[in-house]
Parts: sequence; C-alpha cells; structure tokens
Amino acid sequence: MTAALTISGVRKTYGKLEALKGVEFQIQRGEFFGLLGPNGAGKSTLINIIAGLVQASAGNISVLGHDTVSDFRTARRLLGIVPQELVFDPFFNVTDMLRIQAGYYGCGEEVWPWIDEMLQRLDLWEKRKVSMRALSGGMKRRVLIAQALVHKPPVVILDEPTAGVDVELRRTLWTFMRDLHSKGTTVVLTTHYLEEAQEMCERIAIIDKGEIKALETTQQLLARHPFRFLRLKLAEGAVLPVELQPLVAANINGSLELKLETSKNSFSSVFALLRRDGVAIEDVQTRDPDLEDIFVELTGRKGEVAA
Amino acid sequence: MTPNQRGFYTLLKKEVMRFWAVLGQTVTAPVITALLYLLVFAQAMKGRAEIYPGVSYTEFLVPGLVMMTVIQNAFANTSSSLIQSKVMGNLVFLQMAPLGPWEWFFAYILAALVRTLIVASAMLVVVLPFVHLPIHQPLALIAIFVLTSGSLAVLGLIAGIVAQKFDHIAAFTNFLITPMSFLSGVFYSVHALPPFWYKASHFNPFFYMIDGFRFGFFGVSDVSIWHSLMWTAGFFAVMTAICLWMLITGYKMKK
Repeated sequence: MTAALTISGVRKTYGKLEALKGVEFQIQRGEFFGLLGPNGAGKSTLINIIAGLVQASAGNISVLGHDTVSDFRTARRLLGIVPQELVFDPFFNVTDMLRIQAGYYGCGEEVWPWIDEMLQRLDLWEKRKVSMRALSGGMKRRVLIAQALVHKPPVVILDEPTAGVDVELRRTLWTFMRDLHSKGTTVVLTTHYLEEAQEMCERIAIIDKGEIKALETTQQLLARHPFRFLRLKLAEGAVLPVELQPLVAANINGSLELKLETSKNSFSSVFALLRRDGVAIEDVQTRDPDLEDIFVELTGRKGEVAA
Repeated sequence: MTPNQRGFYTLLKKEVMRFWAVLGQTVTAPVITALLYLLVFAQAMKGRAEIYPGVSYTEFLVPGLVMMTVIQNAFANTSSSLIQSKVMGNLVFLQMAPLGPWEWFFAYILAALVRTLIVASAMLVVVLPFVHLPIHQPLALIAIFVLTSGSLAVLGLIAGIVAQKFDHIAAFTNFLITPMSFLSGVFYSVHALPPFWYKASHFNPFFYMIDGFRFGFFGVSDVSIWHSLMWTAGFFAVMTAICLWMLITGYKMKK
C-alpha cells in the first residue's frame, strides 16, 4: 500500500548551511505520527518543503504516491497543513474565509455542511460572521485548523497547533483530531509539548541538525533507554550514601532525582544502602522515563523542543 | 466546473471581494481625484485653442484622465493585494493551494480589469452629462483599455512579487507609475512639447495607451492607432513573459 507521505533523500542548503541532510522516511496511511526536534533542527524546513513553500535542494516528497512538485495539484489536494504562524486575511469573515479556502481546493457548496460542522466542533459557530481581524488569537488558531481541513484531506500536518493556546482549545483540538484519525485520516504532528506527542502519536521521528536521529514507535522509543527515576526527599541533615551520589540526575525543590538503570540499579539495592547509612527519608516517588528524557538523551538539548 | 477552474474562479472572486470590501478607497477615491483634475484643468485651460479640430480641451482631457486612472488603479490592485498578503503572511494559503501559475496570473489580472472597468465607467457616467464624448472606434477603445489595464495589472503583480515591504511598492508607484503617467500626454498633446521631450514621450508606453484610447473616442490622435496598439500589446507581452517566468520559477516567492 502506498505510504501517506514518502520523504526521499531531501536536502536543503542555504548557502553553506545544510538545513536538511538527506532526510528519508515514510509515514504510513492512518498513522498518528510525531515529528519532534529542537529549535533549528530542520523540522519547519521539511514541512515547508512538503507544503510547497520552500524548494528542496535535492530529493523528493510524495503524498499518497503523488509527487509534491511534478504532480503538485493532486498532492496538495490530498494534504492539509496547519501553519505554525498565526496568519489570517483581514478582509473576510470566518465563513467566507473557509469557503474561499475550500474553493482553492476545487470544492464548492458540497462542503458547506462540513464547514458548518467544523465551525460547531471547533466552537466557532458564534463567530462565523465575525471579521477575521476581530478574532482573538485562540479563535484565529481554530480558523487555521478548520482551513487546513476544509477540503477533507486524507493527510493532515499540524505544525505546532497548540502553541500558545488555552487548555480548552487543546482539548477540543485533540478530541477532533482523534475523531478524524479514527476515521482513517493520517495525522502528522509537531508540538512543543512532548507529553502531547507521547499521548497522541503511534510513531515518532526525532530530527536534529537536519538528520533523523530516531524513528520508532512511541513504545519502542520509551523502552529504548531502560532507566527509571526515583525521587527522594531526605530528612533535614541526612546525606545520600556515597555510592548513590553519581546517580543523582536532578535536584528538584530539595528532592533528589536518581536515574537508575534497570539492569544495574534496583530499587531494593538503593534502599539497602539508605538503610545501611541510616538515612531518614520524608518522601519517595518513582516515575518511568518520558519522551522528554529520551529527547534530551538523543539531542543533548532540553527545554527547546520543536519550532 | 473542474477543480482547477473552481480554484481559479475562487481566487478571482476573492480578489474582487477584496477591493469591493474597501470600495471607498479602491473606486470612489480615484474617481473623485480624477474628477478634481478635470475640474481644475478644464477651468484653468478654458478658452485655449482646440488641440484637435472640433475637440475642446475638456473633451481632450477626459480620455487621458480615464486612462491615467486605469493605469494607476490596475497597478495598485495587483501590487497592493500581493504585498498585503506577503506582509500579513496569509499568502501561504494560496501558496499551499493546488493553484498553478496560470490561475494566479489570470485571476489577479482579471480582478484588476474588473476594478478598472468599474472606475472608468464611474468616471464616464459622471462626466458624460457635461462633456460630449463621441465613440469613433469602439474596437480600438476596448482593445487599448484591456491591454492597458492588463499590462499595468501584470506590472503590479511583478512589483508585488519583487517587493518585500510596502515601501518597495511605494517606490514603484512614486518613481515609475506616477511620473510616467503624468508625462504621457494626459494633459497635453505631445506636439506641444519641445523636441527632446517630444522624442522622449515616444519611449513611454503610457503615451501610446493614452493616445490610442483618445483615438477610440475622437478618431484622431498624435500617432497612428496601429502604432499605439503595437506598443501597448508589446508592453503587455513583455510584462506577461517576465511575470509568468517569476510565477513558474517561484522567483522571490519560494525560498
């Protein structure tokens, strides 16, 4: 079966800077796929090449088998992209904007019921006759999402759809996207919020410095580095045994977070050492590694996910 | 209607809706400006000798003013639309859509044609009760009008593609369109000019547009109508070739 998106040897250079170094991967039909990377990793460049906003220096991309350059009309009709920037056309109201967008994709009145449905599901119904320039940022973001979906594309790319939006919109958006995904839509997501990617995506690619560093299912990625975390809040004046001090990964509000390799450091061995030295403990917490731990491990960068 | 045709039609409709939404600025204002020119110059030049036999100065002035307004508005329509979309960032909606260079080209040009048709018609409707304007050669009139409006709309599209900010469009308008349209024989016959400026006028394509348009009304002009038609059509062809090359290659539009 043809992949939803096939990215083959895509390179992009800006003078001496190589933004993409021969990126190659496929996204299968019906997947909920995450594309993550730190700022400047090449993620937006890749999305812009898929969208036709940037010309690749080499390589090609196809959407459901249709090349985005030689067969750009079909490829674009199969694709819906929510751009990262909050852009809008100030001359039109919400409904006009969506109908115009549908028209660009060759859709007429037959999609108006779908437009009405989206307006309701994205809580835009009350604003449907309001000028785009009068909408709040969150409302503009909702319109951008509706615009990307107006022609019912089988492949949707959401470039930071939840950046700077409130919890309510996030919830609305994810409910809507889950529903579309359950009906067969392929969803590609980039996000600042790794917990979102971990929760939503079946497979994740991590891109850094123009190269794919990892491309696995979310579960495989999480199991890739078999460690767990043990957070200890020691009693006042208590000192961690010398053997455990190299395992301290972080000091969070006075609690020490130990990074334990499951094959080497068991919880029981840690507690045995604490008992040996008579260390009094006020509180204990454990947690499994999350996507952010994996991300930091692969890219060496923290707190600058996506862009 | 095929999807491509619908895409083209939608872009054309959107461009018309865009200038229609600000009609006071895009139609009323240029019509009033042109009528003020007419009022002032017609009064100031009252009693001067006829420029062509049987054609008063006011009659002579009207086609020139109409064409000058068409020139400026055709350019403004495409250039301002494109630069606004660029600066606001909403050009991505079009760039990501399955529209090819030809759809872009014809939709923008036809929308400008619609605007200039409205502006020119409004001007003529207002002045016709006061100024006698015979239509001597309707085909020449239509041909020159369409080619002029089309040429300037294409030039506006080129300016919009090249420009990165509003200042660049203002430079095009202030240093190219306005001087060339003022120095094209709107207010005078080029035969009244000193030899150097008389010759220089013959390198200004706007001169042929205005002179040809005047011929359509009066059947007389400074140069032959065929000469005017060739210059105007040639200018349109050159502008179109440059513009299509830009649209096809993604010049200044795709990084």
